[in-house]
Amino acid sequence: MTDNRFFNRSELIGILVLAVFLVVVLPLTLDVFRLNLVAKYLTYAFVALGLVICWGYGGILSLGQGVFFGLGGYCMAMFLKLEASSVENTKIQSTPGIPDFMDWNQITALPLFWKPFNSLTFTIAAIILVPGIFAFIIGTAMFKRRVGGTYFAIITQAVAAILTILIVGQQGYTGGINGMTDLRTLKGWDIRPDHAKVVLYFFEVGCLLVCIMIAQFIRRSKLGRILVAMREKEDRVRFSGYSVANFKIFAFCIAAVFAAIGGAMFALNVGFMSPSFVGIVPSIEMVIYTAVGGRLSILGAVYGTLLVNFAKTSLSETFPELWLFGLGGLFIAVVLAFPNGLAGIWGDYVQPRIDRLMPSRKSKPDGWTDSSVADGAPAE
Amino acid sequence: MFGDYSLGDLGSIFVMQGFAGLILFSVYVLMALGLAIIFGQMGVINMAHGEFMILGAYVTWMTSSFFQSYLPSLFSGYFFLAMILAFIASGALGMLVEWVLIRHLYKRPLDTLLATWGLSLILQQAYRSVFGAREVGVELPQWMLGSLHVTDSIEVPINGVFVMCLTVLITISVAYVMYRSRWGRQVRAVVQNRIMAGAVGINTEKVDRYTFGLGCGIAGIAGSAFTMIGSTGPTSGQLYIVDTFLVVVFGGAASLVGTIASAFSISQTQSTLEFFMSGSMAKVLTLLAVVGILMLRPQGLFALKVRK
Repeated sequence: MTDNRFFNRSELIGILVLAVFLVVVLPLTLDVFRLNLVAKYLTYAFVALGLVICWGYGGILSLGQGVFFGLGGYCMAMFLKLEASSVENTKIQSTPGIPDFMDWNQITALPLFWKPFNSLTFTIAAIILVPGIFAFIIGTAMFKRRVGGTYFAIITQAVAAILTILIVGQQGYTGGINGMTDLRTLKGWDIRPDHAKVVLYFFEVGCLLVCIMIAQFIRRSKLGRILVAMREKEDRVRFSGYSVANFKIFAFCIAAVFAAIGGAMFALNVGFMSPSFVGIVPSIEMVIYTAVGGRLSILGAVYGTLLVNFAKTSLSETFPELWLFGLGGLFIAVVLAFPNGLAGIWGDYVQPRIDRLMPSRKSKPDGWTDSSVADGAPAE
Repeated sequence: MFGDYSLGDLGSIFVMQGFAGLILFSVYVLMALGLAIIFGQMGVINMAHGEFMILGAYVTWMTSSFFQSYLPSLFSGYFFLAMILAFIASGALGMLVEWVLIRHLYKRPLDTLLATWGLSLILQQAYRSVFGAREVGVELPQWMLGSLHVTDSIEVPINGVFVMCLTVLITISVAYVMYRSRWGRQVRAVVQNRIMAGAVGINTEKVDRYTFGLGCGIAGIAGSAFTMIGSTGPTSGQLYIVDTFLVVVFGGAASLVGTIASAFSISQTQSTLEFFMSGSMAKVLTLLAVVGILMLRPQGLFALKVRK
């Protein structure tokens, strides 16, 4: 067994299988419409991935990931919206050259904070930095004062509520409840036709795989081990001389940046951004994707997201009433019956059988990965 | 901004605005009381609290329809029966939920959050299937309509006064039950040290179940009172849950006085700000202030000093 420092064999196989599934199998079997749906689901997988690091490993449950998803998405949407509201496109407005919703709300000049979004470089930097800095501020304020657990969850939820009300209320600057619609081109390249959707899909899968690699790196590095130690016995880690707050802030910021990248991808792929992806309900749904996939499994987060969203789309198309019962039941089942989600089922029932079939490849248990916590949810 | 009003008008506006804030305060207190028991005392994050409240509202609505059709002569007093029924219905559902779901999760508070969120989705859909998606409003009896004219320019609605009296009554009874009665002592003993409480002969499972039921029952009364102010729909509960949690956390989770003080400050801030700016901005500023203060004082306004 050659164990690389950052992958053992089964993890490498798992990532390769996912890559082949996303890059080869899905594009070959699905039509463009369905592929675009998958692209939309995968934007949530970024959020779920961040939650694995922050919640599964760090033990910090954030119920405000929609905030970061929204910040990333709005940054991207602002750039696209400015490009779509060039002077020739907006001739019919009373003041051409500004986004249509500003015109409707009697705003005649582009607000100051919109101006930098004319530049793509600035926008990309903003997608990473704005949510990162925001998460850093919240994280510093909370973790330095040792606020954690349930209090942190409730405060992030309040932040999500605040941002939603703010976006909806400031219609002239944000597009209000309708959000930013009618996004057309990226640097002159039309993002709406089918071939563009396919290109964007592959770009997104590429980004997702990079993020998976980063998450895997974090998980297998010393940092990941400290996160787990912190989740299990925070005080002991603190007494050992580690700055618990800084590690938590880092995990929270990483989760925020992942979510923001997902949001930016969402704006590109779906062609609009609205406050309905920012608030409390979507934020909690994002948590359930992670929980269904398995809060300790990076790949589980991706599969969980795909599965729940597929179920949501197909069930709510045919039985709209059943869907909420199903989703609610799923929450309860995940918590009560299989706290480690799909990955837990895989690790507990499927993996041992595979190992039994191949006795030569006996996977040695390593003390701090998934198997050690498979018997119960992480402690507070 | 104030140029158009005379001094007397301004005074009346502030009194009326303050009174609107007091009604909001009463609703917050009623909702937060139940949550203060469930979250503050038991440590369970009950995201379905709003749905228990809505159950109370639906029970009130059904009672009022029943009285209207079958006992029109007694209609003026239906409300008192409705409140008792709402308490029983929500409390019973709460005890059932505790038995099926919550008791498995006492050691995992964050998981109660997910599970009760699932429960809230199921309840919402159940309400939608049973009562329909439309919002329902309760017809108030004659004596609750209208308003008291305090002076020429100040008038206060009677249903608001009624809600406030109700709030005072319920707060006093909860305070009595939790801090003076034998059962309240048992609850607090179980919360502080479950094993030790069990060792001295308290049936901790039973205490847990009744505590949870009491919290949910109070939510039912809150919902019942809420029908006098607004209409009820399947998703109304979700609108209030974050506010309610903030009220409880802001006040200091385990403190009843803190809950009341924070409900008062939040509701007064919001209704005063609403006079100066749009409702949504008032809400944003209030929530921001609450979150900001919580970052400075994470344990809330009235934190109990306990050793952990």
